[in-house]
This record gives sequence, structure tokens and C-alpha cells, in this order.
Amino acid sequence: MEVKTASFEKITTHATTVSGAEAVIKCLLEEGVKTIYGYPGGAIMPVYDELYKYQDKIHHVLTRHEQGATHAAQGFARVTGKVGVAIATSGPGATNLVTGIADAQIDSTPMVCITGQVGSHLLGSDAFQETDIVGISTPITKWNYQVTKASEIPEVLAKAFYIARSGRPGPVLIDITKDAQFDSLEFSYKKCSGIRSYNPFPEVNLLQVERAADLINSAKKPLVVFGQGVILGNAEELLKQVIEKAGLPAAWTILGLSALDTDHPLNVGMVGMHGNYAPNMLTNECDVLIAIGMRFDDRVTGNLKHYAKQAKVIHFEIDPAEIDKNVKADVPVLGDVKETLKALLELLKPNAHASWQQKFKELYDIEFEKIIKNDLNAEKGMLGMAEVIDEINHCSKGDAVIVSDVGQHQMIACRYSKFNQSRSNVTSGGLGTMGFALPAAIGAKMGVPNREVVAIIGDGGYQMTIQELGTIFQTKVPVKIVVLNNGFLGMVRQWQQMFFDKRYASTEMVNPDFIAIVKGYHIKAKQVTERSQLEHAVKEMMESKEAYFLEVKVEQEENVFPMIPTGASVSEILLE
Amino acid sequence: MEKKNYTVSIYTENNIGLLSRIAAIFLKRHINIESITASKSEVNEVMRFIIVVEVAEEQIKKIVGQIEKQIEVIKAFYHTDDEMIFQETALYKVKSSEFVEDLNIQDFIKDTNARIVTVTQNFFVIEKTGKRHEIENLYEKLKPYGLMQFVRSGTIAVSKNEMPISSILENFNTTNSIS
Ligand SMILES: Cc1ncc(C[n+]2csc(CCOP(=O)(O)OP(=O)(O)O)c2C)c(N)n1
Repeated sequence: MEVKTASFEKITTHATTVSGAEAVIKCLLEEGVKTIYGYPGGAIMPVYDELYKYQDKIHHVLTRHEQGATHAAQGFARVTGKVGVAIATSGPGATNLVTGIADAQIDSTPMVCITGQVGSHLLGSDAFQETDIVGISTPITKWNYQVTKASEIPEVLAKAFYIARSGRPGPVLIDITKDAQFDSLEFSYKKCSGIRSYNPFPEVNLLQVERAADLINSAKKPLVVFGQGVILGNAEELLKQVIEKAGLPAAWTILGLSALDTDHPLNVGMVGMHGNYAPNMLTNECDVLIAIGMRFDDRVTGNLKHYAKQAKVIHFEIDPAEIDKNVKADVPVLGDVKETLKALLELLKPNAHASWQQKFKELYDIEFEKIIKNDLNAEKGMLGMAEVIDEINHCSKGDAVIVSDVGQHQMIACRYSKFNQSRSNVTSGGLGTMGFALPAAIGAKMGVPNREVVAIIGDGGYQMTIQELGTIFQTKVPVKIVVLNNGFLGMVRQWQQMFFDKRYASTEMVNPDFIAIVKGYHIKAKQVTERSQLEHAVKEMMESKEAYFLEVKVEQEENVFPMIPTGASVSEILLE
Repeated sequence: MEKKNYTVSIYTENNIGLLSRIAAIFLKRHINIESITASKSEVNEVMRFIIVVEVAEEQIKKIVGQIEKQIEVIKAFYHTDDEMIFQETALYKVKSSEFVEDLNIQDFIKDTNARIVTVTQNFFVIEKTGKRHEIENLYEKLKPYGLMQFVRSGTIAVSKNEMPISSILENFNTTNSIS
């Protein structure tokens, strides 16, 4: 008897004989995929041949590099909550996916990558463009699998989509040998509904929820710190109800941004290395720390030995491996936040914590005086990055999706962008992948075509995936691109200034004429060098119906503050 | 924290590549694997890995969490030495001339419950199953006679407590009526 290790829904299609390559497309259609990102090559040509036949049903976006395909798929997934799909050939095509896969893994982004592989008879022979992509991607995928028989394709792809999107999402890679693409199979599709060795939704222990509620109800100085788990679990509304009912000040991690309106009175800003003063300082003063869908990354906690030691910690989390990984939880609450927060809400007593909230305001005022005011209202000197973000806020009114790259501009974008709906902040948090933003913005805009999508990028990171301008030109996807040009690898330069006595080793950039490059792709472009030009230029960009590139020359040696130096405690956060 | 020997028992689907996934979890944390074995388990088509490592309890907990997170891992457990019954097997290849001439050798083979598996004109092969220190003891005793070859297996172990794999799997079958 064959052992069943997974369960599938009822058959939705009648069996027909198709090639493995066609089966791949049919699986994608069954999973509701309409757009995929990729780059062709020898080992994946049978699938591309089918993409040609199915081009009215599935839109293949030819990126200019496979890394761009993964980031575009990630951008798409982050704004829609659906699984992003990237596809590439074997060998170099497959290895070019690695950075995006690692990024999706650490930021829990649902993505399915499909790679072609040499024929199964050639496996292990160092054939042309053979690489062991399954071996290479093992530590950076939620799951991966090599298909060598056409008949495996429907079940394996059904499992791939199920694994990528369920529980704590993540990337899955499916490698398909060329013969499996050519061979034929009897195709019928059943969506995967369970895998016996995989439990994506741990059962909720109501006793733990009760213990959490008791702690919160008796807390005098509670602080919520929430992350992307709230977004992935579609629990934004519940979070709001919880904090409103119990009067809980709530801080977001960088990936939690936009899960709550920026201007919500209980939103006390961002925790972490370049987060806000109040939530970082008061992490070490609260009596109950309520962590929701976040994983205590070291950039959030600073020195763990001095992190919230005075507080009882409650940890709402879907992934059992995250419990006690970095911070010991007094009350771990495992499960889907949508269930656990719902149960919690019932048990919470109404509260206001007015004087405790006042503390956040007082510390905010200090940060405002020392940092924010100057960031936003400089009157002389070169433009500052925050002024540009502020101008975008004026136009977007918080409706835009902000996609940021990695560096100083990212921190400024995350500190100053305003959001009034969820899934609006797309940034590479855990991996800090320079080059992420331009392709991610393409995918994001395709995911939510009715929303404005603005990429904020540094002059360094921009040049890591600048070739995706070609994708924008070819697809006419109307993304807005802002390059904050400081002529430096700014974030590294800041560290050199602060910790390496200003030895600016290889951080100064001699940049090309960005406007000329963009013009080569026939994308509208403008350069701003003066404060007086900014308002008009941003307005023109935001109102443009087409893609638009805005280069802003900013202060070269601006530093991002506040800052928690590496190894310091959150309450040793520097204001200057 | 104090380091101890832990035996990790991992029940998995039989899947190519899982070994490297599991090994990578140890590698990433610079943990030396003392011994590893893989075999079929008491459950049809379910594999069992047994990995012995020396770490602190805090760390083994996290590692087992990471192992369980792998899609094809059904369940992982960790146990201290006193919670397990375990054995290792070793083979010792000794020159026949030494063996025949020295009666001592024959005595401690008898004493240690070792077994002679092969005899040829040139060499004898002795097999010993037991605890690590027993195997080491015999090794030390045979060494002066010029061991031609020595090999020891990984640890195999069963736990004193139950490992409820069958019920986990049954539970899946009843909650996901398979169509
Ligand atoms: C792929 C990659 N390489 C290197 C780094 C290290 N790094 C982090 S920030 C940074 C500088 C980014 O410079 P730029 O894109 O100009 O942005 P700025 O900090 O100036 O805003 C570098 C090199 C990285 N995060 N990613």
C-alpha cells in the first residue's frame, strides 16, 4: 500500500495528456497566478515555449537579471499577500536567484521559484550549466525539491504553493529537469490541503491567552511591539482593537510598518537601531512587553543582556522555533495571531494608561527637538533625505506604497513615511539587500496597479539593479523612482565616521549621469539640486501617469539618528 | 551553561536532501556532530535519524526547534544519556600471527563479550557491541598488538519513554480525510 504523506483537495480538472512543461503552466493557472517574473535559458526552454502559447492567460515579465525576478516576485507578494513566482534557467540563472531567495526566507515572504535543470541522465556529470541548486538553496528555502519525472509535477507544485503561503510563509524552490519538462503526463490538479509532517498552524492554548490577558490587565506600563506577523496573519484590525481597548502604546518593527496607521494616537513609532527614541528607551522601562508577530532581531533588541530585563515578556508567535530563541518569553502564546488576538481581545479590560502614554509623548518631544525638527525643516545647506520623504507624504497623503532599498535613505524612509493602509511598506529588513527596491517596486506596482508605488533608493543600491530600468521601459509599469544621491555608500560612511575615525575606505562613489541613463530608457526624469525645486518636482512625479525618475542631490555627509550602536543597549540610544 | 551529551531522535519522511538540511542546522551553529545514523524506523516508510552532540540544554532546545521546522520532519526529540538505551558497534582487524601467539588477546575477547567474525590466514576480525567506553577499552587493549584497522558505528539508541509517532501520523490521517 502506498503511504499518503499529504492531502489534497478534490480534483478540479479532468485528466488530459500534456507535457511536463505545459503542466507547470497549468499548475500556475490553477493556483491563480497571473504574473510571473523570469529569464529564459536552455534548461527551461520547454516551459518558455508553453508560456508563449499561454501568453494571454499568464503574463511573463522579462526582468533584466534573475535577481530582479526574485525581488519583483517578493514586491508582488508583500503588497498582495499572494505567492510571488520567479522562474529561471539552470546554472547561472538559478544561482542568480539566491539573494532573492535568502531575502524572502529571512523576511517570511511567500515565493515559489521554478528553475530548469539539465536532463536527469546528466545529473552529477558537471554538464553544461548544471549546478546543484537544490543543495545551494537548502539553507535558504522553506522547502525545495528536484523533479525528475513529469508525473510528479502537479503534486509537487501543489505542495510548493501550499508550503510557501501557509503558516509562517517563505520561499520554495522547485528544480525541474529538462526531460521532466518534455515528457508527458496525465494532468489533473488537486490543491494541497495538508502535509502530515508539517503543522503550519500550531493549536492555540487558551490558557496561555488567559495568562497573557491577566498580565496585560494588571500592567501599569505595558508596551506592544509588533512585526510583520500582524500583516501576514491579516490581523491589523484586531491589533488596533486590542491596543485601543486596553490603551496600549504600540511600536512597530521595520517590517511591521503600515500594519497600523502612522497617525494612530497609540502608535509610538519604530523600535530598533534607527528607530524612535521613546519606544527604544521605554522598552527598558515597561513592566509588560507584548511582542506580536516579531522575532526579536538583533537590530531590534540591541544587546540582549540589557533588553527589557525588568519586564514580563508575552510573545504571540506562529513559529514555535522563534519562542525563546533570542528573548525568553514568560508567556509564549503560540498560534495564528488572528485567533490568539481575537481570544485576547475578549479578555482585556478597558484601560487608558494616560500617564504612561504621556511618557512616550515627552520622549517624542525630545526626539523632535533634537532630530526630527532639523531633519524636516532645514533651511540652508543641501537638501536632507527626510525633506524628500516629507514632500512625498504631502502628495500621497499616506496612500502610497513605499519601497525602500538599503542604507541611510531606507532608515529615513521608514522613519518618516506616512501610512494609512497595511502592506504599504516594502523593504528588505532581515537581509538588508541593496538592489532590492527597484525590482521590488516593479512587482509591487503590478500587484496593486491602482496604488501609487514609490521606490526610495540610494545611489549605491540603485546601481546594483539599475538594469531593471529596462523592465520598466518594456512593460511601461508606472513606478516612481526616487534616488537620494549623496555620492556615498552613506550608511557605511556613517559607520566609518563614527567608529573608524572617518577613514572613508571605498565608500565615495563616482556616479554617472543618472538622468542620461534613464533618458536612454525613455523614462521621464528630473534632477533636483535645490530646495526650491523639490515641491514642484515631487508633485510632478506623483501626478505622472507614467514611470518617473527623480534624482535628488542630498547632503553628502548626513547621519541618521537616533542610533543604537552595535553592542549597546536599547536605552543607550544616541540622539547625536 | 553546562554542556552535556544529547541524543536527538528525528522521525522524517524519506526524502532526498533532508540529511543536508538537518546537517546544515548544526553546521550553521558550529556544532560538531559526534555521531549520526539514519535508518528506517518502527513506522512504515518513516526514517529515523539519531544524532549525538555535546551542547548546552538551552542550545539543544533551539536546535530541535529548527529541525522540527523542516517540512519533512515529522517530529524530533532530544534526550540525555540516562533517558536512552544506546549501543555502538565496532570492528577491529588484528594480525593472525599476533592473535595465535598471544593468549592474553583471546582472554579479553572472551571477557569483553566480543565476537570473532572472520578468521583468515593473515588476520582476524573482532566485533564488539556495547557502550562507548567498552569499545574504547577493547581498542586500548588491542592497540599494542598492531591494529590493522578499526571502525566504530554511530550511536543507535531507543528512548525509555514513548515516542508517539504513530499517533501523530494517525491524527493527520483522520483530520485530513484523504481523497
Ligand atoms: C548587497 C549588499 N552589499 C553591501 C551591503 C552593505 N551596505 C549596507 S548599507 C550600504 C550603503 C548603501 O549606500 P547607498 O545605496 O548609496 O544608500 P545610502 O546609505 O547612501 O542612503 C552598504 C554598502 C548591503 N547591505 N547589501
